[in-house]
Amino acid sequence: MAEILDILLSASFWAAVIRIASPLIFATMGELICERAGVLNLGIEGIMVAGAFAGWMAVYSGLGLWTGVAVAMGAGMLFGLLHGTLTVPFGLSQHVVGLGITLLATAVAYFAYRLALPRVTTPPRIEAFQPLPVPYLSDLPIVGPALFTQTPLTYLAFALVGVVSLVLYRTPLGLAVRAAGENPAAVESQGLSVTAIRMGAVMVGSGLMAVGGAFLTMSAFNSFFFEMVNGRGWICIALVVFGAWMPGKALLGAVLFGIFDAFQIRLQQTALGADIPYQVFLMLPFLLSILALVVMSRRAAVPAALMTPYSKGER
Amino acid sequence: MRLEPVANPSLARLLGFPAVALAVTVLIGSGLAMVAGADPFATLGLILRGAAGSQFAALETLNRATPLIFTGLAVAVAFRARLWNIGAEAQLYAGAVMVALLGTGALAWPAGLLLPAMAGAAMLAGALVLLGPAVLKVRFGVDEVVTTLLFNFVVLLFVSMLLEGPLKDPMGMGWPQSPRLVPEARLPRLVEGLRLHWGFALGLIAAVIVWVIQTRTTLGYEMRAVGLNRQAAEFAGIPVGRVILKTALLSGGLAALAGFSEVAGLKGNLTLDISPGFGYTGIIVAMLALLNPLGVVVTAIFVAGVFVGADSMSRAAGVPTYIANIMLATALLTMVLAIQLSRFRVKWG
Repeated sequence: MAEILDILLSASFWAAVIRIASPLIFATMGELICERAGVLNLGIEGIMVAGAFAGWMAVYSGLGLWTGVAVAMGAGMLFGLLHGTLTVPFGLSQHVVGLGITLLATAVAYFAYRLALPRVTTPPRIEAFQPLPVPYLSDLPIVGPALFTQTPLTYLAFALVGVVSLVLYRTPLGLAVRAAGENPAAVESQGLSVTAIRMGAVMVGSGLMAVGGAFLTMSAFNSFFFEMVNGRGWICIALVVFGAWMPGKALLGAVLFGIFDAFQIRLQQTALGADIPYQVFLMLPFLLSILALVVMSRRAAVPAALMTPYSKGER
Repeated sequence: MRLEPVANPSLARLLGFPAVALAVTVLIGSGLAMVAGADPFATLGLILRGAAGSQFAALETLNRATPLIFTGLAVAVAFRARLWNIGAEAQLYAGAVMVALLGTGALAWPAGLLLPAMAGAAMLAGALVLLGPAVLKVRFGVDEVVTTLLFNFVVLLFVSMLLEGPLKDPMGMGWPQSPRLVPEARLPRLVEGLRLHWGFALGLIAAVIVWVIQTRTTLGYEMRAVGLNRQAAEFAGIPVGRVILKTALLSGGLAALAGFSEVAGLKGNLTLDISPGFGYTGIIVAMLALLNPLGVVVTAIFVAGVFVGADSMSRAAGVPTYIANIMLATALLTMVLAIQLSRFRVKWG
C-alpha cells in the first residue's frame, strides 16, 4: 500500500502521465473532428505511424523540429485527403476505407524507412524536443514538474483542446462541422457544401493524428521503431466515445488513461508486479478502454449522421 | 458531385473499372520498385511468377489463401448482418490456442476423433471471443468496432502469456512457442507429396456451408434482414438481438478455424506470429467478394496471390518487403472504388 502511495505522490509519475496522454490528445482531437463531421476515421492507427515516421525522418535529414511537425501534419493530411475522397464524395464504406488507409499508411512508412535506412540495426536518433520549463510555475511542487516542465508539443496538445472546443462551439465553422455530422441536409439547405466541410474535417483531423504520431518519435522518444504506435490509435477511438464526442471530456479521458498507464508501468517494478506476468499489465489499458466504453455508451450522444454518406438531393 | 445508380450495368462497365483498379495497383507497385532501384518493367512478371509461376508458387498461394478463406467468411457473415467484426485476428488466435491445448498430447485419441474435437473446441473458443463484444453491443449498445479491435490486443497478449507460461515448450530453447503437435493432431496433406493440407479443402466446404446457410435457411434470411434494415427487421418480428448473437457465434467460429488450420495444417505448433494479420486481411477478402461466401474463395486466392507474388518479387528484386502490403492496400482501395463506380454513375454539379 505504501508503495502505491509513493508512486502516486512522486512528481515523475505525474510527468509521465502527461507525457503518455499528449500523443493521445492530438490523435483523439483529430478523430473527434472527423467524427463530429460524420466520418469515422479508422485510418488513425496507420496515420499515426506515418506521422511518427515523416516527422522523425524530416528532422533526421536535417530539417528543424517544427518543420518536422509540419511535415508530419502534411503527411497526415495527404492520407486524410485520400480517406475523405473515397468516403465523402464516393461514399465508400468508412470501415473498409479506414482499415485500408491504416494498412497503406503503415506499409508506406515502413517501406520508406527501409528504403532510406537499409542497413541500420539500431534505430538512429535525432535531437528531439527538450522540456521547456515554464518560469515560476515549474517550481510548484508536483504540479510544476508534471504540468509545466514538459516539451513544447505537450503544451500545444493542451492548447489544442481549447482551440478545438472554441472552434466547434463558438464559431460558424464549428456549427457547420457539427451540423454536417448531425443533419447534413440542413447544412446543404444553408447553401454550404457538406462534401467540402467533411473533406476539410477529415484532412485537418488526419493531420492532427499524424502530429500525435510524431510526438512519439520527436518528443517522447527520439527514434522511429516498428510497431511503436501499437494500438494507440484504436485507444483514441475509444477515448472519443468515452468523451461523448466533446473535446474537454476526451481530454479528461486521455489524462485518466495516462494515469492508468503510468501506474501500471510503475506497478510492474514493485514486489507485487514481479509475481504477475507482465502481459497482464499490458492488457489492462485495453480492458480498461473496453470497460470505459461500456460505462459511457449508455448516455453517449453519437453524431446522428456518423458513418452515413451524404448524397445531395437524396432523402 | 452526385452518384446515380446505373440500372443495368453493362459487362464492359462491370469488368472495366476493376481492370483499371488492377492496372493502377500494378503501376504503383512498379513505380515503388523503380524508386527502390529495381527494374519497373520486370515487376509484373516477377509478381505473376512468384504467385503462380510454378507448382511450388501456386501451392504457396493456396496455402496463404487457406486462412484467408476462413477469416474472409467470418467477416462476410458478420458484415452481412451489419455486425462489424474487426476482431477476426483475436478469434483466430483463440482457435489456435485450443489446438495447442488439445493437440500436444493432452488427448491420446486417434486422428479421426482428435481432429474434429480440436476443430470444434477451436470454433467454440472463437465464437466465445466474439460473443463478448456482441453481447456488449446488443445489451449496452457498445460499438463493436472498437471493442473487437481492442480485443485483438488483449487476446494476443493472453497468447503471449500462455506461450511464456503453461503452454511453453520446455524443449523450445526459451522461445515463446508451444510444443509440437502429436502426429494424430496434424491435418494430413491433400495429395501425398504436395505441400497443401486439408485445411484448404475444409475452407471450400465451409464456404459452401455458409452459402447454404445464407441463402437457404431462415437464419440466413434473418441475418440479411437485420443487415439491410434493423428497424424493419424488428418490426417484422425478427428477434434482432438473438440474430446478432447467432451471427457472432458463427463468425467467431469461422475465424477460429483459420487458427485451427494454420496450426494443425501448416505450422505444427503455436507461436505468436502464426498470423501476419490474417484477421484484418479477411476484411479485404470479404469486401472484394461483396460479402458473397463463394466469392470469398476467389478473392482469398487473389489476395493471397498478390501478397505471395509481391513478396517474392520484393526478394527477387531487392525491394523492401513492405511493398506487398502497399500493393494489397492499393488493391483494396482501388477495387472498392471500382466496384462502386461500376454500379453508380458520377454526375457533376
